Amino acid sequence: MTRTLLALIRRDFRLAIRSGGGFGLPLVFFLSVVVMTPFAAGPDLPLLARIGPAILWIGALLATLIGLDRLFAADAEDGSLDLLFGTPAPLPLLVLAKCAAHWIVTGLPLAAIAPLLGLMLNLPPEALGAVALTLLLGTPALTLLGAIGAALTVGLRRGGLLLPVLVLPMTVPVLIFGVSATNALILGTEAGPALSMLGALGLASLVLAPLAAAAALRASQS
Amino acid sequence: MSRLKASTPKSTSRPMIALANPARFNSISGRLLPWLTALTVIVLTAGLYQAFFVSPADYQQGETVRIMFVHVPAAWLSMFGWTLMSIASLGVLVWRHPLADVAAEAAAPIGAAFTLIALVTGSLWGRPMWGTWWEWDARLTSVLVLFLMYLGVIALRAALDEPSRAAKLVAILTLVGFINIPIIKFSVDWWNTLHQPASVIRMDGPTIHPDILVPLLVCAVGFTLLFVTLHLVVMRTELIRRRLRGLQRRAAEAR
Repeated sequence: MTRTLLALIRRDFRLAIRSGGGFGLPLVFFLSVVVMTPFAAGPDLPLLARIGPAILWIGALLATLIGLDRLFAADAEDGSLDLLFGTPAPLPLLVLAKCAAHWIVTGLPLAAIAPLLGLMLNLPPEALGAVALTLLLGTPALTLLGAIGAALTVGLRRGGLLLPVLVLPMTVPVLIFGVSATNALILGTEAGPALSMLGALGLASLVLAPLAAAAALRASQS
Repeated sequence: MSRLKASTPKSTSRPMIALANPARFNSISGRLLPWLTALTVIVLTAGLYQAFFVSPADYQQGETVRIMFVHVPAAWLSMFGWTLMSIASLGVLVWRHPLADVAAEAAAPIGAAFTLIALVTGSLWGRPMWGTWWEWDARLTSVLVLFLMYLGVIALRAALDEPSRAAKLVAILTLVGFINIPIIKFSVDWWNTLHQPASVIRMDGPTIHPDILVPLLVCAVGFTLLFVTLHLVVMRTELIRRRLRGLQRRAAEAR
């Protein structure tokens, strides 16, 4: 079964980097959000430093949604989703494997590039690592919650429009604790509780989101 | 009608099973509805009369405290609506109760309306009390998120064509969203924010003076009755709409 899951991760990863557009697109979007902010808020460096963690988190949250509508829709269209239903591995685990592949292609690069963008936003040096760390902890939860929305809208022609409306309200707790943990790390105050909550949200969505997404996939295929 | 009656289940001893038949639900709710409507009007009139003419103005907040008699029941019903939808969703997914999806669909717009009322009255109350129309505090923000989730559920159902698939998918989304309900309930206890902490339902009893508490409770019962009455009416309408849709499809196939 482990082989099945690893094969699925490898397949999705290859598809993402070879099919063009999928890989790197969230990064470009992330960069665009960060670039647009100084135009809207004004090139005031102290202000940018203060709201920098929030901008980076919002940018990462929105960038995670990119391509999420194709997470199951592409498989549903070419029929490989029906084949996945037929494999002996339980569907929630397969969903988890697909989420892992999607996270490696989107969430991980977002967390990796965040320090660089933080530099552009005049964040202090100690904040760069903090943003990368909290994004590393938080983006898996965002991907997993997004998978629920992707599974709910898999059969819809305009699913890509509906997906953010369904997913964004669910991501509010992750956003709150992600930003508050980042700010605590920057200011040097007690960051433990917020970081623990972020980890707890990640673990809870690791367990519950694949179940919900698998149920939604079954319901939309039948 | 005769077609529906023919499929009446044999065991009618358990009330939920008995109500599972749409025709039976129709006849029972039809008989219940006039009484429920009358009761709603009586309790709501009594509650609002007490709230606006009898109860004293608050020593701190003056006359604006009367917004509370609409605001608090609306806020409680915004959570009640989602809880009702969550129970109905369990009915859809676990017991496959034929009326559960009708109940879930009917509750969504009513719950959304009460959530909007809670937000608007809260804003009107916040202006004189806090000096601001909107404050990004935990309770306000989480209720706003609840309103967005109501809109999401309604949008998802509107986007799906096939009723049985829509029923299951909306049920899953509703159950996922239920996580927000305890967050709203306890947000004022977990975070120290502008919104006042719980003062009616608490371990050591209410902290409100009886002169205000009694009309508030009467209003809460009245608005809850209003919710239940509206819910039954919308459920009956929805059943008719679904039967009509079925008949239209059959007519189209026969042609």
